[in-house]
Amino acid sequence: MTLSIDPQKTNNESLQPKGWLRYFSFSLDHKVIGIQYLVCGFLFYLIGGTLASAIRIELASPMSDFMPRDVYNQVLTLHGTIMIFLWIVPVVNGAFGNYLIPFYVGARDMAFPRLNAVAFWLIPPSGLMLVASYFVEGAAQAGWTAYPPLSITTPQSGQIIWILSVLLLGGSSIFGGINFIATIIKLRRPGLKLMQLPMYCWAMLGTSLLVVLSTPVLAGTLILLSFDIIANTGFFNPVLGGNVVVYQHLFWFYSHPAVYIMVLPAFGLVSEILPVHARKPLFGYTTMVFSIMGIVVLGLVVWAHHMFTSGTPPWMRLFFTIATAFIAVPTGIKFFNWVATLWGGKISINSAMLFSCGFIINFVFGGITGVALAQVPFDIHVHDTYFVVAHFHYIVYGGTVFIIFSSIYHWFPKVTGKMLNEKLGILHFIITFIGFNLCFAPQHWLGLNGMPRRVAEYDPQFQFVNQISSLGALLMAISTIPFLINVLLSVRNGKNAGDNPWNALTPEWLTSSPPPVENWEGEAPLVEEPYGYGKEISEQK
Amino acid sequence: MLNKNIYLILIILLVFAISFWIGFNVNLLPAEASINAPIYDELFKILFITGLIIFIGMTVAVIYSLFKFRKRNDQIGDGIALEGNLSLEIVWTIIPSIIVLLIGLYSYNIYDRMGGMKELNHNHEMMSSNSEKIWAGISQTSDNAIAKNNLSIEVSAMQFAFLFNYPKGNFISGELHVPVDQKVSMKMESKDVIHAFWVPEFRIKQDIIPGQPTILNFTPTKVGKYPIICAELCGPYHGGMRASIIVEEESDYNEWFNKNKKPEVNL
Repeated sequence: MTLSIDPQKTNNESLQPKGWLRYFSFSLDHKVIGIQYLVCGFLFYLIGGTLASAIRIELASPMSDFMPRDVYNQVLTLHGTIMIFLWIVPVVNGAFGNYLIPFYVGARDMAFPRLNAVAFWLIPPSGLMLVASYFVEGAAQAGWTAYPPLSITTPQSGQIIWILSVLLLGGSSIFGGINFIATIIKLRRPGLKLMQLPMYCWAMLGTSLLVVLSTPVLAGTLILLSFDIIANTGFFNPVLGGNVVVYQHLFWFYSHPAVYIMVLPAFGLVSEILPVHARKPLFGYTTMVFSIMGIVVLGLVVWAHHMFTSGTPPWMRLFFTIATAFIAVPTGIKFFNWVATLWGGKISINSAMLFSCGFIINFVFGGITGVALAQVPFDIHVHDTYFVVAHFHYIVYGGTVFIIFSSIYHWFPKVTGKMLNEKLGILHFIITFIGFNLCFAPQHWLGLNGMPRRVAEYDPQFQFVNQISSLGALLMAISTIPFLINVLLSVRNGKNAGDNPWNALTPEWLTSSPPPVENWEGEAPLVEEPYGYGKEISEQK
Repeated sequence: MLNKNIYLILIILLVFAISFWIGFNVNLLPAEASINAPIYDELFKILFITGLIIFIGMTVAVIYSLFKFRKRNDQIGDGIALEGNLSLEIVWTIIPSIIVLLIGLYSYNIYDRMGGMKELNHNHEMMSSNSEKIWAGISQTSDNAIAKNNLSIEVSAMQFAFLFNYPKGNFISGELHVPVDQKVSMKMESKDVIHAFWVPEFRIKQDIIPGQPTILNFTPTKVGKYPIICAELCGPYHGGMRASIIVEEESDYNEWFNKNKKPEVNL
């Protein structure tokens, strides 16, 4: 057996609540924790989405007339912070990682179940604290980047609560990262080789390495920043001889890898979804693994491309241009491999597949503008404009959030034992895809023509294009309605899914739906070919 | 088999044709009003066309696969058990690497032509000490033949305004007046938080940082009035932090300058 101590047994099982109550308990079951992450993240997504709608309402007219200017800055700060730290990072890492990784390595739980539960339970209080800071003296208003000296000179309580909240969320992320690395390396079922693992394991291994290497730098930076704010130290405060550019270096040393912390797990998830619905093996497994590791290594040495206009010497600008542009190579390899996976398959056109294909198209677009932004002379014009806003929403929304939805359609039958309604799912995809592109594509033009980001008022010549963008945002808001109806109805009344409705080969499908507490009735199956589609016998399960 | 290849070649040619047509006919950029602008737009066009080819190509491939390889109702079983192809992997590693490398070298060349790789210098009569450390910025453009002489201006930014100090005339203006076709050299420093100086028609931007002076040099080429926009979040009125740059004929500029200049005081 892989596990010598059984975590569930040591947790005095009789005291654990049953049924839906266990989702509100300090459960040690990785599946319960995964769902806790997902639902909690989705609630914060609704809050962050409401804030985004407020921003788009404000920007529907050129004057600052919907909310006070300082509230607008609080709203954009909270929107960014919530979407990154409370929705995308916890969901693509925490939710799917916790649910799937133990299945994929053939374990009965994560390596450190208690640490796992602690990591989750840090999130709701810090998220609530962040939102509640609005009601104290106003929330932080220096943007999610919290650049000093602005973050030092704006009202203190909001900024300090923001720092505390991000520190706790960073701690949660580090606990999760350590847990994933330990689980993938040490808890593998005997006989299961690293190169037989499903791709999501590799993505999570790479992501967790980035989390463990870079998040402590953010934590240290924010602690120094809080000293500057409350103890009048001068690390970053120019009045006291501090250096504001040093903060930017330290901040982006975490926050650029944070982009890969948000997209690498999505790369892993789409690698699981495409082969199942295309009925074909994942194309180029080995190169996919190496390209993940390539992205991890390059991802750590590109941070200064966020600072091309900040005060970086020419040689540094050149180095970071080349390093950044080269990330396109391993990333491109992955996209070519996914298209090759589709090629010659027998593709079921369902919600999961459509969201995955939407991801490919959106992400390729965002990647292309990313390569352009890596070029210093190009970036100097569009840095800090709506072009950048459009670019990163193509990556994190068009990329990662599309994959989150795709994954929900794919794994919902496993988690609940019920199917989601396909018609509502396809409707959800169509509204989301149109709304998303309508919202963000025009923003590229806005940035190129002179609209900076983070503004509540703008040149009236941009009004029409901004209204198109706001219309797109409205569609995006509407698109959550069919999704919510679908989930809420299907949980109770959905068609029974059976254990393996997609005839998938990865290990989580080789148990009942929903799975039992320790994942398998007997011993964990040894899956040597998680993508062995098109080969004989594989049809049986 | 031959037929298939012909279709493939036709599709690729079509993608290229569409991309080039859009690249040359759709203008996404504002007016060009500095020496930097046409250089920038040259880079933009190359990136735009390359990007379009890749984006349209990938989108066509995805949508084509969804139609061509969709599962028909009567079909059972799986697709072909194809797990990879080493030569394909090598091809799509090497070709993107070459494209990325060429784009990188080309943009280095563009950056050099914009003066980005030049040693930063600011020939400023009023500068307090020569040893002062200049942090960053864009220096003069290399093909600067039309620029006759050098206008030095000191920019200070604060919440929520720009002030332009003309040391030669000993006056401060809230509006930036510059003569056309002359090199302007600005030394910028912020009094409070980080701001940025951006003129979209000039395709230049540089942060203005408290405690660390930055340099920005440019040569306007077109008479007109353009917005100066603060591009770095600097507080509640960030969106309203704007000024104007007025590029005018040398005679008009001199008239404005002489009207505002203060007489030198000799103590």
